[in-house]
Amino acid sequence: MRNPPTLLSLAIDSAVINFCRISDLSFVPEHILLELFVRTLKAGKLNEKILKLFIATGKEEILSVIESLNIQHILVPVLPTLIIKDDEVDIVIGALQSDLTSFMEAWRPMFSRFHLIIVKDPDLKEELKVPGGFNLNLYTKSDMDKVVDSSSSTISFSGYSCRYFGYLMSRKKYIISIDDDCIPAKDSKGELIDAVAQHITNLTTPATPFFFNTLYDPFSEGTDFVRGYPFSLRSGVECGLSCGLWLNLADYDAPTQALKPSARNSRYVDAVLTVPARTMLPLSGINIAFNNELVGPTLLPAFRLAKEGKFRWETVEDIWTGMCAKVVCDHLRLGVKSGLPYVWRQERGNAVESLKKEWEGVQLMEEVVPFFQSVRLSEAAVTAEDCIAEIAASVKEQLGRSNPMFARAAENMVEWIKLWKQVRSL
Amino acid sequence: MAAAAPPLKDELDIVIPTIRNLDFLEMWRPFFQPYHLIIVQDGDPSKTIKVPDGFDYELYNRNDINRILGPKASCISFKDSACRCFGYMVSKKKYIFTIDDDCFVAKDPSGKQINALEQHIKNLLCPSTPLFFNTLYEPFRDGSDFVRGYPFSLREGVPTAVSHGLWLNIPDYDAPTQLVKPLERNTKYVDAVLTIPKGTLFPMCGMNLAFDRDLIGPAMYFGLMGDGQPIGRYDDMWAGWCTKVICDHLGLGVKTGLPYIWHSKASNPFVNLKKEYNGIFWQEEIIPFFQAATLSKDSTTVQKCYIELSKQVKEKLGKVDPYFVKLADAMETWIQAWDELNPPTKAK
Repeated sequence: MRNPPTLLSLAIDSAVINFCRISDLSFVPEHILLELFVRTLKAGKLNEKILKLFIATGKEEILSVIESLNIQHILVPVLPTLIIKDDEVDIVIGALQSDLTSFMEAWRPMFSRFHLIIVKDPDLKEELKVPGGFNLNLYTKSDMDKVVDSSSSTISFSGYSCRYFGYLMSRKKYIISIDDDCIPAKDSKGELIDAVAQHITNLTTPATPFFFNTLYDPFSEGTDFVRGYPFSLRSGVECGLSCGLWLNLADYDAPTQALKPSARNSRYVDAVLTVPARTMLPLSGINIAFNNELVGPTLLPAFRLAKEGKFRWETVEDIWTGMCAKVVCDHLRLGVKSGLPYVWRQERGNAVESLKKEWEGVQLMEEVVPFFQSVRLSEAAVTAEDCIAEIAASVKEQLGRSNPMFARAAENMVEWIKLWKQVRSL
Repeated sequence: MAAAAPPLKDELDIVIPTIRNLDFLEMWRPFFQPYHLIIVQDGDPSKTIKVPDGFDYELYNRNDINRILGPKASCISFKDSACRCFGYMVSKKKYIFTIDDDCFVAKDPSGKQINALEQHIKNLLCPSTPLFFNTLYEPFRDGSDFVRGYPFSLREGVPTAVSHGLWLNIPDYDAPTQLVKPLERNTKYVDAVLTIPKGTLFPMCGMNLAFDRDLIGPAMYFGLMGDGQPIGRYDDMWAGWCTKVICDHLGLGVKTGLPYIWHSKASNPFVNLKKEYNGIFWQEEIIPFFQAATLSKDSTTVQKCYIELSKQVKEKLGKVDPYFVKLADAMETWIQAWDELNPPTKAK
């Protein structure tokens, strides 16, 4: 005949099942507490809350058991200040290489929650290879041809510009875009960086473009506005654009990379900061995110080098777009942030080879800087579309006369706005 | 083993305001000893402040300030670290580094002690880039450069006038923030130096600051604060706003970021609140004033810029409070005193 269970045993079993009703264990004698602990473990019911109850008793034996078993607290993740619904985000990837398997696998932990838009470079002949398990839409040249009549339009989605088609098609509030030769980087503690989460944090916390905070982003954990920062400016403005950075291969131009072939960016700068109003910056398309509702139409394919290539240092299209975007954000009183997150950019291409190509367009970019630094928009421009229309008109008038490339850029901008509205009215 | 001579050994003065003691210098000895110190003793001049042995220094108390400046001594604050600017005026060197007596040597993430002075010197000796933002921050640092899209025509940069360092541990918060977050400590080491863009103002903290006296010295007036004044803890802020407007006008650069020092003393937030109280309200008027301030083409020297600015302060901010009229006059007095003590060297 089996021994019936003891009363103590029954009590402990009952406690294990009813932990949700227990808020204090300090009255329990130590030897019973130990038994309870072991039983809880065996039942697989030890969670953070219950662990805290045991620790709170302060009983030495319990604490040493916990230590010897190396039971650790779960680290609570830092949540963004606004809870984002996953269906508010689109991740747009321009595919310039046909096999996206290693890229997508590397990003799977960060991407898999979200909807993806993959746009194939229309010049890419091979079939795209994309691993399964993602919620995605794929767009190719034939989709582009349905929307944009290539015989009459000078808008090109070739090369890096293919992602703009993705922006055009997206209906989500936040768009994140990363080059297909980048993988997640590690921070200074050696942990993988969730670039998507960081971009979302950047976009959903205020920006501070009107006064510089010397401790950088005042809204991140453990920091704040410093002494001397005017209180009236502390609520900040909405962030329109989040510009991330790159470890390993930095986004240098070809001459710089060619001069320093072994230069790799290994410095992890643990900061996000708002680029002040009226200050221009070089927007790199490699790792960016933006608020599609606020600035969507601003991210446009307008200016292309005559011989734009398939390496970033053979393009300037994002630089042009970036200056437009900054002017628009400044005018609409939106913020542009720069800094975290970092991505790891893989080795690709030979800068010296690229130098042999034509540099006409790069010279032209020097001329446009004073234009962008001084262009001012009218009070009537209250949306991103209005702003782009005004900038395009100024480009045509002031820059278009000196070079047909600018006139064409202006036309592309005007056409893009039409397209944008057209696609959304369908 | 030949050690390199400490950089700018004979061209840099370290200005330290103190009312208590200079014990903190012991920790800085390896980095500071080669340099000349200017100690500005605030408060009771009859008290003797001991300077640790082995340092080469000059010390000025209130009696010295009164003796040297005569009636112009009215522009130098009393019972406020703002008195440090007397040290700038009386220095004969090209560069100044100023530090508070509750600031110690910090460690970088690898555990190495940070030579803050050395980093400030690096910052001052290489150009700034205020006209276009470089996303990789300081392009002249080892391991960094200008990014794609940075205009080639702007890559030479401009001379650096100011290097603004930061602080680990006790952050430089205002009193209201201190009251709400008394336990917050700055533990984040941001490994960057960057130029504050042209046209953008910032809160300049005087705890860990270096500048080129030849380029911007006369603008570093720390105002009328402390005893007998309606405001305190805005001395460095005031100097920073004036300095930035003038630097922007003259095409000079202001950097912020590294180096970090370890700020050890949390001042009493209630005392601070009393001192800052007026400043918190006034800064709402002061900031738009500085943001809109423009200087004429004829103001080609720092002194001319500063005098022009002082007139605008009197005219526009004088309406906010009569304190600003007094301050504007003090700004003029400061320039007069500066020029007296620093006569232009005769052309050779």
